[in-house]
Amino acid sequence: MRPILLSGHTRALTQVKYSKDGDIIFSCAKDQIISAWYSANGERLGTYTGHVGAIWTVDVDPTTTLLASGAADNTIRLWDVKTGKLVKTWEFGSSIKRVEFSPDGKQLLGVTEKRQGHLSTIIVYDINYDDIEDQDEEHALRIVVDEAKATVAGFSYQSKYIISGHDDGTITQWDAKTGEFLDSTQAHEEDMLISDIQWSPDRSYFITASKDKTAKLISATDLSVMKSYQTDTPLNSAAITPVKDYVILGGGQAAMEVTTTSARQGKFEARFFHKIFEEEIGRVRGHFGPLNYVAVDPMGKSYASGGEDGYVRLHHFDAGYYNFTFEVERD
Amino acid sequence: MAPSFDQLPQELEDFDEDDIDYSDLHEQFEVRLDEGLDTFVVIDGLPRVPEDNRQKLIKFLLRKLNSVGKAKEESVHMPMGSDNLTDGFAFVEFSSAKEATAVCKQLDRTPLDKKHTVLVNKLTDIDRYGKEGRIEDEYTPPKIEPFQEKEHLRWFLEDKEGRDQLVMYRSDNVGVYLNEKEEAPEMIVDRQHWTEGFVQWSPQGTFLTSIHAQGVQLWGGRSWGRQKRFYHPAVNLVDFSPNEKYCTTWSHKPITVEEGNPVLSVDDDGNNYIIWDIATGKPLRSFKTLHITSNQVDGEGQPVKTKIEKWPPFKWSPDDQYVARMTQGSSVSVYSLPSMRLLDKSSIKIEGIQDFEWSPATTHRDSVKTYEQLFCFWTPELGSNPAKVGVMSIPSKEIVRSRNLFNVSDAKLHWQSDGTYLCVKVDRHSKSKKSMATNLEIFRITEKNIPIEVVDTLKDTVINFAWEPKGSRFVIITAGEIPAASAVPPKTSVSFFAPEKLKTPGVGLFKHVRTVDKKNSNAIYWCPRGRFVIVAAILSQQSFELDFWDMDFEGEKEEKDKDLDCNLQLMATAEHYGITDVEWDPTGRYVATVASFWKHPAENGYHLYTATGNLLREEHIERFKQLSWRPRPPSLLSKDEQKKVRKNLREYSRKFDEDDYNKRNQANAQIIDNRRRMLDEWRAWRARIVEDELGDDAVEVAGLSVEGDAEDNSEAVEEIREEIIDETEEVIN
Repeated sequence: MRPILLSGHTRALTQVKYSKDGDIIFSCAKDQIISAWYSANGERLGTYTGHVGAIWTVDVDPTTTLLASGAADNTIRLWDVKTGKLVKTWEFGSSIKRVEFSPDGKQLLGVTEKRQGHLSTIIVYDINYDDIEDQDEEHALRIVVDEAKATVAGFSYQSKYIISGHDDGTITQWDAKTGEFLDSTQAHEEDMLISDIQWSPDRSYFITASKDKTAKLISATDLSVMKSYQTDTPLNSAAITPVKDYVILGGGQAAMEVTTTSARQGKFEARFFHKIFEEEIGRVRGHFGPLNYVAVDPMGKSYASGGEDGYVRLHHFDAGYYNFTFEVERD
Repeated sequence: MAPSFDQLPQELEDFDEDDIDYSDLHEQFEVRLDEGLDTFVVIDGLPRVPEDNRQKLIKFLLRKLNSVGKAKEESVHMPMGSDNLTDGFAFVEFSSAKEATAVCKQLDRTPLDKKHTVLVNKLTDIDRYGKEGRIEDEYTPPKIEPFQEKEHLRWFLEDKEGRDQLVMYRSDNVGVYLNEKEEAPEMIVDRQHWTEGFVQWSPQGTFLTSIHAQGVQLWGGRSWGRQKRFYHPAVNLVDFSPNEKYCTTWSHKPITVEEGNPVLSVDDDGNNYIIWDIATGKPLRSFKTLHITSNQVDGEGQPVKTKIEKWPPFKWSPDDQYVARMTQGSSVSVYSLPSMRLLDKSSIKIEGIQDFEWSPATTHRDSVKTYEQLFCFWTPELGSNPAKVGVMSIPSKEIVRSRNLFNVSDAKLHWQSDGTYLCVKVDRHSKSKKSMATNLEIFRITEKNIPIEVVDTLKDTVINFAWEPKGSRFVIITAGEIPAASAVPPKTSVSFFAPEKLKTPGVGLFKHVRTVDKKNSNAIYWCPRGRFVIVAAILSQQSFELDFWDMDFEGEKEEKDKDLDCNLQLMATAEHYGITDVEWDPTGRYVATVASFWKHPAENGYHLYTATGNLLREEHIERFKQLSWRPRPPSLLSKDEQKKVRKNLREYSRKFDEDDYNKRNQANAQIIDNRRRMLDEWRAWRARIVEDELGDDAVEVAGLSVEGDAEDNSEAVEEIREEIIDETEEVIN
């Protein structure tokens, strides 16, 4: 796999997202810019500028019409993907750690940071596509997370549940219509922050990444932990690949410790595990800082990783990737 | 919870403290306030003499007593009986209770003359135990507990596949495992907080030693129960005698012993070393740490204590008969075991002695029939006397061979494992003391008159030397001059030596085989069975290489080596980042390399290689501290039986290969079964979820093909790339 190096950001990457068709990659970074790239050749189409703080999160709706972003400037912003025009800004009392569209794109959720005087909340807006510049100022739903703060969240299949991951290693299931608390489980080690949640293609299950050096595959219906992937480094991100039954994990020595260790010890590699057998099947090196996010093309042709080193590395899968099967999978 | 001194895995699980009747103990051990009688002792067993001879007897007695304590004539009271003879006992008052105690301890049961033996006791003790009813009148034999069969301590040799055990200490867990080659080692036992310091096998593998704040514990048997424990607060190190009969424990902190300590006596107070009898669990004798004082003087004019003795200071003879300790610069004290009495009641004076070393095996010198153990030592130049290396025979204390040496800066003593050879590595300086050179003086102990061979062609300093175990070849590492103020250690050279082949039986002269230059290696690890040797760069910042050498390569031999008993071949080179230790298994089949958390926190874990350098397995383990193979005791097979096994090795080997093959197949089958099960479970779960929850919304993972329907409405991006292959410039007129 020969990577394409997407260099355009000047600071650490925070999130990378593919459009539903897999043709465009959106990336955001601490340099306050969102970039859009062609996934085929890594050419940059353009940028979305306006945020005045490190951008933590970005997401695009299933029709690639609207782009949502959340940042340390305490705003969620909505952009017209085609023109790059800012269409809506919601303001909050603390920074936004995660935004995500519902599977049908009709709703958008945001996770707000807990800070003095501001509770950790999950906030949901209805999105209007008829006139994209006319968005509701008021939220449709607001969930206050009063125990351990939420770090990441997303919508399950049919927008039935909202699943959130917390800084104490727990996962919570909420009713996406009413915001009612349904269930919670200690999926990861206690007090080990959950750094990422990403969905399977049909959103019936998801993968979590945690500082406890493991990633877990969890069912959205009953929060049962189905698979566990053990690594030797704190994880920042985990993704489920379509087409092939793999998962990709990314992480590395925490940024503040990196200066004292060489790249060799930092373990800045993307790790491929077999989703069902929980066995590691390969690693991809290249970043010289921790991997902050790994994203997979929904069409299953490529994956992209965003690193603390300021680069997005885009890898198109080759024949070896598709042809590899375990003996028992062949029949 | 792991067992420790505080929470012992008691035989009695439900043990209620309130149920015990302590009254008898209270009575016996009740702390008595000072009644002023502690200075009195009672002496029994004296001859009964008439009044006239009483003073004579008192004087005689005083002479004895005053060798230990201080008593005046007035303080002896010897009562007269009704028959005008003394009663045969006396009361004596000493100036302090401490003296009285010392007298009781040292003079009790000493013979006065042929007929009389005195019994010396404290008055308070007589009062305490001598009263009527305190001791039963009738003798009741002590109850002997019925014999209980103990676990077999050598059970680990019974493994059908002959697998070796190893202990691994990582994080807070200590576990013992069976080596499974490529596969993950099979766990036998794993306990959290099993040790508070480190773990150590006894030399023949019988016991696993754990270190605790209160002392040392030995574990063994199939159930890994505690076999022995040795109470030694703040213990740091432990060392076993070669046959596991005795052990030494050492603490940097002097022991404080209070009266009534069940294990140690007051005499042990203030000491650092304790020598234990392992079978009984009792201490034999204790000693203080000796400091090697230098010539430097501190502010108050006291000599600065620079170093303490090199561990282990108490060195065992190979048959556990003697243990010896050197007082640097003056003498060697040889103690007989198990009495721990000085051999011939005195230390052996060797002026200037710097180091000594027992022969590691009982050697049989040519034409010597009597029992002896040998040790060698060296002394530096003293005045006009040259430096000297000597070999001494014990118990005769006769120096059986010595050699004078000149211009010696330092010497190191290296015995070959069978005690056949002794190599003394002598660092010599030139007259001007500006340049250094190294001599290897090799003593052939088993040959007639112990001839000495000198290998002195080495210009560079020899930083490491190692004999082939059970063999007659050796490897050295030399380093050039170390450039001052350079952070990079100098390049080293590795040289191999082997004896010449002789037509007659015997071992020829040692010859240089080959030197490999420009290495970073600093350590030599011979396979315990000989033949294979690893030369490695250990604890280095830049280099982590391991070279696997075979001294008896079964291939073509180079012409120049044809007269040597050696066919040197580099088998493999490996690298283990951050390597700190190399551990050969006792059979010499496998070798583990370790990156220990104790030395650095980066990439801790281990690698496992075959003797020829094939990497079998590597594992990274957080906070991996220690890996140690369980040693094996010497084989019980006779020489003939061993020879027979060696002759039929091919046959055995075929069988073992077959077993290995079957085992691997079985393991593979298991893995495949396991995977099949996981795959089936996953598919079943998917089917259920799709049916129950998703309905029509399901996006089947398998249905999403690579080319997908996205292909239809995607647009092709055409890209033109220009590449300059060559550029030339021509000038056209």
